[in-house]
Amino acid sequence: MSADALTVEHVEVAYRVRRREQLVLRDVSFHVARGESYGLVGESGCGKSTMALAIVRYLARNGYVRSGAISIDGNDVLALGQEQLRQLRASTVSMVYQEPGRALNPSINVGRQVAEVYEIAGVGHKQALERAEQMLAKVQISDPSGVMDRYPHQLSGGMLQRAVIAMALASEPSLLILDEPTTALDATVEAEVLELIQGLRSEFNTSLLFISHNLAVIAKMCDRVGVLYAGELVEEGPALEVFQDPRHPYTVGLLRCIPRRDATRGRHRLDTIAGFLPPPGAEVSGCIFADRCGLVQERCRTEDPPLYEIGGGRGSRCHFHELAQTLPRTIDLDDSAGDGEGNGAPAPDRAQPVIRARNVSKTFHQSGHAVRGLAGVDVDILAGETLGLVGESGSGKTTLARVLMGLTASDPGGTVELDEAPLSALAAGRTIVQEKALQIVFQNPDSALNRRHSVRRLISRSLSKLGGYAGEQLNDRLLALIRSVNLSERYLPMRPSQLSGGLKQRVAIARAFAGDPRIVVCDEPTSALDVSVQAAILNLLTDLQRDEHVAYLFISHDLGVVQYLADRIAVLYLGRVMEIGPAEEVFAGPQHPYTEALLSAVPRLDDLGRQRITLQGEIPSAADPPSGCPFHTRCPRKIGEICETTEPDLLEESPGHQIRCHIPLPELRRLQIDEGPVESSAKPAG
Amino acid sequence: MSIDALPAQSAAAIKSGRRELRSEMLHELVRSKTFMVGAGIILFWVLAAVLGPTLVPQDPYAQNLNLINHAPSSAHWFGTDQLGRDMFARVIVGARDILIVAPLATLIGTVLGTGLGLVMGYFRGVTDDIISRFVEAFLALPVVIIAILGVVALGPSNGTVIAVIGIIFAPLIARTVRSAVLLERELDYVAAARLRGERSPYIMFVEILPNVLSPVMVEFTVRLGYAVFAIVTLSFLGFGIQPPSPNWGLEIATNYGVVAAGYWWEVLFDALAIATLVVGVNMVANSIEQVIEA
Repeated sequence: MSADALTVEHVEVAYRVRRREQLVLRDVSFHVARGESYGLVGESGCGKSTMALAIVRYLARNGYVRSGAISIDGNDVLALGQEQLRQLRASTVSMVYQEPGRALNPSINVGRQVAEVYEIAGVGHKQALERAEQMLAKVQISDPSGVMDRYPHQLSGGMLQRAVIAMALASEPSLLILDEPTTALDATVEAEVLELIQGLRSEFNTSLLFISHNLAVIAKMCDRVGVLYAGELVEEGPALEVFQDPRHPYTVGLLRCIPRRDATRGRHRLDTIAGFLPPPGAEVSGCIFADRCGLVQERCRTEDPPLYEIGGGRGSRCHFHELAQTLPRTIDLDDSAGDGEGNGAPAPDRAQPVIRARNVSKTFHQSGHAVRGLAGVDVDILAGETLGLVGESGSGKTTLARVLMGLTASDPGGTVELDEAPLSALAAGRTIVQEKALQIVFQNPDSALNRRHSVRRLISRSLSKLGGYAGEQLNDRLLALIRSVNLSERYLPMRPSQLSGGLKQRVAIARAFAGDPRIVVCDEPTSALDVSVQAAILNLLTDLQRDEHVAYLFISHDLGVVQYLADRIAVLYLGRVMEIGPAEEVFAGPQHPYTEALLSAVPRLDDLGRQRITLQGEIPSAADPPSGCPFHTRCPRKIGEICETTEPDLLEESPGHQIRCHIPLPELRRLQIDEGPVESSAKPAG
Repeated sequence: MSIDALPAQSAAAIKSGRRELRSEMLHELVRSKTFMVGAGIILFWVLAAVLGPTLVPQDPYAQNLNLINHAPSSAHWFGTDQLGRDMFARVIVGARDILIVAPLATLIGTVLGTGLGLVMGYFRGVTDDIISRFVEAFLALPVVIIAILGVVALGPSNGTVIAVIGIIFAPLIARTVRSAVLLERELDYVAAARLRGERSPYIMFVEILPNVLSPVMVEFTVRLGYAVFAIVTLSFLGFGIQPPSPNWGLEIATNYGVVAAGYWWEVLFDALAIATLVVGVNMVANSIEQVIEA
């Protein structure tokens, strides 16, 4: 037994909620061998975090392990007394959470917090500080001695997560639990942190339990993977095999939901998983996935499948695991009304811009500093097209959306025109026709929908204010509208809190379409959703675009989604458009080096072997942007002094495809397509 | 761990979900001993206030010079006062006064304060700065000074007490509401309302107000306890209802002089009445706060 860093045997965890027991983990067994990296993957609510907390016995007060055994390094965790448990947590197991900002004490400097770990282990004060600094250097924080004296709020998200990882590794634990360690980070930073974890893992010979909802991240990081669904481990095996040849219908469905590299909305429709996760504590007889499974048979309803051993260290909790790959696709009749296989995207009308933004700038004033959120952005959005807007956080994506919507006033000098008529800077000054034409779907439906209003009220109000409907007509239109977003009438009297994330986002979409808009800004509309729900929402957006001939400004940090959905793509960096052009050309190259870096930062399941370039450091502060080309501090292809002194212009690479770079375009083409990627040699910023 | 999915098949369950949540909160309250005891005490005083005059054996106003300062006995459970009136009757009937004045005063304070807080939080900036300074200046004044000003302007009566306490509570409640509104106004549903051309009053009262009602509710119950206390203090000082009406605070004021002579019952039972009501209200307030914030 002592060979394994972690063994979990037949564990059941329940929460006591309002005096009722809710089972959230059902008979979960797995083990993590010494030096192994094990991934737990699943959608929200499947019990991933509960598993992690149960392992270190840190469940919420109403949670408890009902049965089963957990042992770390041979220690029976469930049998330990308080003092032994403290010892175990101090020396054998460490945990890294999703939000690094909340894992650190805001009023103690970073150095002290890292040093504390050594002091607990019995090292003297001075020596502990020295070793803390060495540890910070090991996690490749730039300027470790400077970071020692800084407080958490003075560090960026990526640096904070490095500091947290340094703390976690300081005790040289034999098991490191990472609970969504990079979910709160930008793709470029995520790539760096993942690489760091890989490196440290071999250096410290630590076993990893890596928890994530992101299949591609798990595939990249883990040797073996377990797929959790509604508290059950439904499939297990070596990571690559599980993802290439899944043997449980849930895994199959999950993988199909992710847009593939070659998929576009015109040609391919995304698969979804019908139905919903059973509520926590639900009594399920038979297979827990049966209600949503396309292969369901009578036996599944009555007989709970065991974890079938299927050879090669793999297991699947499905009676028909050998048939899992034949899971039918979930394209219903309504959907196939499009042309053939795909979603039947409309051809955008290239001649006619709906939105024409020229020289749009936005300067925020923060305690005496001028922060340039947007610097002279020119963007056209054509009727019926989807313009994808990508960039790291802090690049100005949301600011641009808010300026277009009139929620934030842009600096004087820039203009935004809607159908060739100038728009007032703030929504209050716009006409009802203009307000109708321009609507938005926000990122977080919990924030965007008034939680005290019913679905009926939420949508009706927009119909009467924007659509001018009343009485019987309003009701007819309401029913038609909710049907067009695939909501049923029974949701009308409900409040948002009674709906799942995907349903809420449908309500928000229905509301945006209430006034027959010409353009809808979608600000990361799927980033708060699980992949299976995301796929359904993306299909819906495509259907609506085909039927209503609406244009989208689609903001996303997920390049896979943008590639699937967008006709054209604009890449923002520090408030400037670095590249804009047709989606295929932007993805195929030649690209701006920043686009290239963004693309290679995102791990993709269908592209795991690809060589990647990583950016070092994080996006510089907009309060003090670099001189010359704003990207020169991180650019892996910097050519020399000109990058630091002169800001390049947007140059036309081909009709409609512009790139802001000093490297001549034929040269860029040669570098990227013929020679392949380079490692960044630039100094880390900040 | 967040569970954000519901089973599709149980439409009926979802439909009744809202009612269920409310009734679950009620259940939670009913299960709490604190709440039940507090509610019991309040119920007792409410019954006393409503049915008091018909229940008590003696007329609370009837003077009897043969019975002056009699100690508690089987005929007069709480004894008699300096004019020979039955203290039991006066304590029970005295509940009516306070149970009308306290909720009304608190309600006025809550309504005023909520309106003020909405305006401050929603408009922020200069509006907020100006109102905030006034509120702070107002909070610096002692209650008694405001009460004296009120009495001078309106004359001593229950109406004056209601107005004074309402006005004193308004800024306190406004501050709570303001901070809740400051958080709410940053949410996207406010932006969405603006984008469909809603006016500020609609956004404040229809969109934001329902979302800040929980803290308002908690504040109301907490303030109610303070109101009982404040009313008694004002009556004690003679700003409220005038003799011979039975009123706990007033009675203590008229009788405390004779405690030294050994007539303790003329003050004790009024004081106990005040204490039980305040404790009862606070117990209820506490448990409501816990359930709402859980």
